Amino acid sequence: MPQQTFKLNGESVTVDTDDDVRLLWVIRDLLGVTGPKYGCGINVCKACTSHINGKAFNPCSVKVCDIKKDDEVTTIEGLAATSGGGDDELHPMQQAWIDRDVPQCGYCQPGQIMAAVAKVRQCQAEGRDVDDEAIEEIRNICRCGTYNRIREAIKAGADKM
Amino acid sequence: MPTHRASDTARRPDGEQRSGFGRTDVSRRKFLGFLVAAPTLVVAAELGRQSIWGSPEAYAAPIPSAPQPPEAYDLLDLLRDSMRPTANLIRIEVNPDGTVSFALPRSDNGQGIITSTQMIIAEEMGLDVGQVHVTLADARPELLFNQITGGSSTTFTTYTPIRVAAALAQMRLLDAASQLLQQDVRTLTSRQGLITDTLGNSIGIGELTGPAASAVDKQVEVVLKPREDFTVIGKSQNKTDARDIVTGRKSFVADLQIPNALPTVICRAPDLNGTPDDVENLDEVRNMPGITDVEVVSTGVAVRAKTFGQAIDGVRALAVQWNRGTVAGEDDESVLAKLKSAELPLVVPPGVVETIETSFTFWFKSNSSLEPNTAIADVRGGSAEIWGPMKNPVTAQAAIAKKLGLAQNAVTVHVVQGGGSFGRKLFFDAALEAAEVSQVMGKPVKLMWTRADDSRQGRVHPMATSRVRASVTKDSVLSFEQRHTSVSTDFTHGLGDAITAAGAKAPGGNLTFAETIFELTQANPYNYGVSTRLLNEVDMRFNTASMRNVYSPDVTTAREVVTDQLAAKLGQDAYEFRRQFARSDRIRGVLDAVAKDGRWGRSMKKGTAQGLGVHHEYKGVTAALVEIDCRQDTVNRKIREGVTGPRVTKVTFAIDAGLVINPRGLEAQMMGGINDAIALILTSSLHLTDGHFVEASWDNYFYTRQWNTPPELNIIIVDSGADEPGGAGEAAVAATCAAVANAYARAVGKVPTEFPINHHDPLPFEPKPLVPPIPESPTDGLDYTY
Repeated sequence: MPQQTFKLNGESVTVDTDDDVRLLWVIRDLLGVTGPKYGCGINVCKACTSHINGKAFNPCSVKVCDIKKDDEVTTIEGLAATSGGGDDELHPMQQAWIDRDVPQCGYCQPGQIMAAVAKVRQCQAEGRDVDDEAIEEIRNICRCGTYNRIREAIKAGADKM
Repeated sequence: MPTHRASDTARRPDGEQRSGFGRTDVSRRKFLGFLVAAPTLVVAAELGRQSIWGSPEAYAAPIPSAPQPPEAYDLLDLLRDSMRPTANLIRIEVNPDGTVSFALPRSDNGQGIITSTQMIIAEEMGLDVGQVHVTLADARPELLFNQITGGSSTTFTTYTPIRVAAALAQMRLLDAASQLLQQDVRTLTSRQGLITDTLGNSIGIGELTGPAASAVDKQVEVVLKPREDFTVIGKSQNKTDARDIVTGRKSFVADLQIPNALPTVICRAPDLNGTPDDVENLDEVRNMPGITDVEVVSTGVAVRAKTFGQAIDGVRALAVQWNRGTVAGEDDESVLAKLKSAELPLVVPPGVVETIETSFTFWFKSNSSLEPNTAIADVRGGSAEIWGPMKNPVTAQAAIAKKLGLAQNAVTVHVVQGGGSFGRKLFFDAALEAAEVSQVMGKPVKLMWTRADDSRQGRVHPMATSRVRASVTKDSVLSFEQRHTSVSTDFTHGLGDAITAAGAKAPGGNLTFAETIFELTQANPYNYGVSTRLLNEVDMRFNTASMRNVYSPDVTTAREVVTDQLAAKLGQDAYEFRRQFARSDRIRGVLDAVAKDGRWGRSMKKGTAQGLGVHHEYKGVTAALVEIDCRQDTVNRKIREGVTGPRVTKVTFAIDAGLVINPRGLEAQMMGGINDAIALILTSSLHLTDGHFVEASWDNYFYTRQWNTPPELNIIIVDSGADEPGGAGEAAVAATCAAVANAYARAVGKVPTEFPINHHDPLPFEPKPLVPPIPESPTDGLDYTY
């Protein structure tokens, strides 16, 4: 059985599993890190959105063997640490989500937050405003329909990033 | 800049209040509670009064219609009355650490009832919301009807009993403190779990729970806090599980780590409800990497593996011969023809006076939540333990016991918070399947429907037609007949109890039950003279369920579109017409609120327009004012694998929901319902062809996305002084559906008669294969990073 090694939320992890198992299942079923959710398995709903080397991606659609040893995979559980806060501190986007009372059932929200952080970073890098047009590039589905609060939270979170 | 704002609760401009709920009226706040014998303080509640909803308001309109059932006694009353005999089993416990615990016999799928229940208890006991622990109760068959989450009934049915228990707990704690502090109880104050006397001495309620406990069960009279003293109820409170959610700590059933409950997926038939006949390569699949078990079960072939990915690989490799399904060969048009032939006759003859007649079609819609059907089952050694987000755990427990051949008390059902429901989790399809699979394999399983399963084989909102005929004179409406004909809605979940569920399964039982629900929920909010609404259902063995309401979004859309036609016929403004014909001041209240705030009648560019919708249900009234943009540049904007079309640019929405526990939570429910409505009218439907649904993905079924959501959204809470809470979970959908349809009609100059309006557009996607039933996960995810 091949060994798969990569960095997950700041720590190096090694798993014995076949090369073609998608990363989402390695993270969830083998490593027990359950923040990224399954919603479709075909890179459509975006509920599993996480970061690879700081950029948004969907681990449901990446083979574990395509993740290199030094690749940094960050799930919602590791997001706060990337903004340099302590154990009890939140990333500004997480705080904006709480302040605006965004979540309803919460199933999509880890993915929404990870997508939001990446979209803001992308806009900042490209010198674009985080406006409605930029937010409408986010494809993540929220079946509870919290989209309006998500918009407000992204803008508020962006101001603190 | 979006202007969705959290408006403060606004009292009606006329300041009118129902009488009799003030501090002086102690008799109406007096109830009997129970002290339960225990070493620490445990209290229970008993209901002791009838509904205190005010008498119906006077009707002031041209030709009054007779009172309709939902105005006097609606679905919420039915649900509450069916729960009344056992509601006294609701218990609150005061813990030695100074917190208070309550196991809510309901299911939270994101609607925020855990938070609102914490608020209700905190209010009565003078605690901070964080000092109240609310969990979801396991299935408790002794509660009979009292454990169903549906019909937007939770707060309405539990509000008073929870308060009674909390008030009794507080009374006992104060009495105990009075003894220990040797002070008159009337001089004590209680805040945040500390009871303090006038000298500044204080005792925590954790220390008092022993002394306050009762050695025997006994009934005690308590008086509830008067409304004018409320400091928690009515103030916006963020969801108390928000931090767990945003950090990824909130666990859904798929996230639970139950030992050896390995991922399990079912290989399903190409037909809806098709069943397995023969499997050619069981052993071959059993030997695939990661796979531990492959077994034929009643709904397909179950594959258990170390990861869901490997279980899906196993499903994809299976070669199965299938039996045809329950609707083999049927398609949209054949079902529609069956509905048309079942439509009940309209009785007011056309041609005597002037009539308007319009027929509407509402296509199948999916009630999939983002969390697919998922359950964990461990069936071994003559007993079963089940975990799932069930809104109806008692019925589930009975059905699972029957399936497994076990006694009901050999089945333990744990209710887990769900990732959305919208009606689907009234049923327990995954739990029943997981139990069967676990029994066959003799091992624990974590069974999940994949997205394709959830979309193609999961429950749907039934296709329906609604035919309306209205007769009018120069200035009045003489009659309004509505005939709603629907593929039958499955109510076999009953009212939360296995006995009623069995009744609904009896021959003819479901129709009666459906007719009951229809009669209890569908009120016409206008004085339209002779007004009749009849339901007929056609049972075609689809897997159906409610979807954020059963009939209202469709019935209301049909009625409100025709209402706009009637206004036009009489040469009246659509808003003034509704005001004039509205049956109550509460309806006029919400209508006025949206007209004023949303600037009804403002000048709009060509191709854009406003539309109105009104609805009355769940002890509440709602109105929506929608603005839509149907100009070509907007309709044709391109989004990769997305549907754009007309854009709702602004929604102004008003609800008078009675007493509001948590305004921010209520607004959240309205926002969700509004985004649902936009999808139902403009973009989302299932297409039935050759006995199966085509849609297998969120890029096939077009629920509202960021690019469809209204940039401007204003939600107004109108308070007309009611003393009890009404329903919230489903309240926003119907009025918004109607307003979107009316705005669209005005913008394009053509009345839409089928919904969603894009149902007959060419499919904007390539349908996924039926065999294998689950599409392969892509491997190019790293090409799409940002």
